[in-house]
Amino acid sequence: MIMPLLQGLKITFLHMFKKPVTLQYPKERPVVVPNYRGLHALKVSHEQAKCVACYLCPTVCPAKCITVEAGEDAKHDKYAARYEIDLLRCIFCGYCVEACPVDALKMTQEFELANYKREDFVFVKERLLEKK
Amino acid sequence: MDALLALPPMYYVAMVAKVLVAFVFVLLTVAYATYAERKVIGFMQVRLGPMRTGPYGLLQPIADGLKLFFKEEIIPKQASTFAFLVAPLIALVPAFISFAVIPFGGNIEVFGYTIPLQIASVYDPQVGKVLDLNVGVLYILGMASLGVYGIVLAGWASNSKYSLLGGLRASAQMISYELAAGLAIVSIFLMSGSLSLNQIVADQAGAFGVAGWYLFRNPFTFLAGIIFFICSIAEINRTPFDLPEAETELVSGFCTEYSSMKYAMFFMAEYANMVTVCAVTTTLFLGGWQGPAFLPGWVWFVAKVYFLIFCCMWIRATYPRYRYDQLMRLGWKVFLPITLVNVVATALWVMVVG
Repeated sequence: MIMPLLQGLKITFLHMFKKPVTLQYPKERPVVVPNYRGLHALKVSHEQAKCVACYLCPTVCPAKCITVEAGEDAKHDKYAARYEIDLLRCIFCGYCVEACPVDALKMTQEFELANYKREDFVFVKERLLEKK
Repeated sequence: MDALLALPPMYYVAMVAKVLVAFVFVLLTVAYATYAERKVIGFMQVRLGPMRTGPYGLLQPIADGLKLFFKEEIIPKQASTFAFLVAPLIALVPAFISFAVIPFGGNIEVFGYTIPLQIASVYDPQVGKVLDLNVGVLYILGMASLGVYGIVLAGWASNSKYSLLGGLRASAQMISYELAAGLAIVSIFLMSGSLSLNQIVADQAGAFGVAGWYLFRNPFTFLAGIIFFICSIAEINRTPFDLPEAETELVSGFCTEYSSMKYAMFFMAEYANMVTVCAVTTTLFLGGWQGPAFLPGWVWFVAKVYFLIFCCMWIRATYPRYRYDQLMRLGWKVFLPITLVNVVATALWVMVVG
């Protein structure tokens, strides 16, 4: 009856000398895994987004958070005149990235997505463009 | 009264100084015991504990105190107002005044006047002895039982089912464990032949240091010491015996309806009780302020008390709460018979070994 109690005391005592697992968050940053599904980014190639407005990502999106409108540029190529992701609806499943036939979309390690206004969570094309 | 006024003026100065020092010491210890508790339990759970308020969270107790101080004072309409207001005081005061009889150091000499480091005592130069309260232990037991009135009264006056249950549990628990604790102390009386704490500490001096402590004098006092400490933890309602304020079942027990500074007073009382109980255990079983002479007595006293406080926190970090029937069984069916037999065994030991 007494030995298990002492055993318990021993365990807690030994734990006291282990290195705490606490991360002092704003001061210390977590190491985010490479395949982390954070904020989306539109990949850029030749100074413009690679997206060809094929509508596969809004089609596959289970949360229906992607809005795309196609446009035609000077070279008669299809491009996304409007590309918006509503992060309040997004479930960060990554299906859009998988669906993209031209590899124009990726997900970054950015995870601090807090904002003050609802409107600020709708990321328009300019905000989504990959930062170099 | 005449005898009291006839004492030299130095006596009064020393008395006020001793009271202030002891009070401030207990108050500071109480404040930083909350911090230490969170840190110790934090480290035992492989986390850091408070880190943000000041360097390493050192200002946490002050921030907590300020926060509670500025909170809204709420008195429930259905509560019995006077009892509701006075209950925190009844809980707090006995926790502090028990310190009056605990010797926290040897004699010191200031301007040729010998001052014993124990509040309720005086050095008599004619007899050449320290005179203190000759029923010191009884006084402590009395104050310890008084403290529970605050809790019971708080539980009753709040007019809430959770508070009432908390108060009831506190009183039942107190009675069950007071008995065993009292009987554990009887073993000490048999060894020391005195109820004066000063005498008890002096008796534990001996040339062998640790071997002179009552805890290690003989196997029966060792058992008594362990049981006394456990019963004391139960008496001050700390984990694993914190049934009166069991958060998981009684919201917050007797202090459910309390807010602001009155709530803080219950917590101060709880921690002050912890300090007192650790000081009493130190005095009765761990040789009081006795220790190797290279450090003054009060340093040893403080070190021992802090070690016991650490043990309380260690125990809190380790064990889950007892169920109510388990608690009663432990008190009445385990500790009480053991201590009863222990008293007889100690008496036989004293008779045979001397």
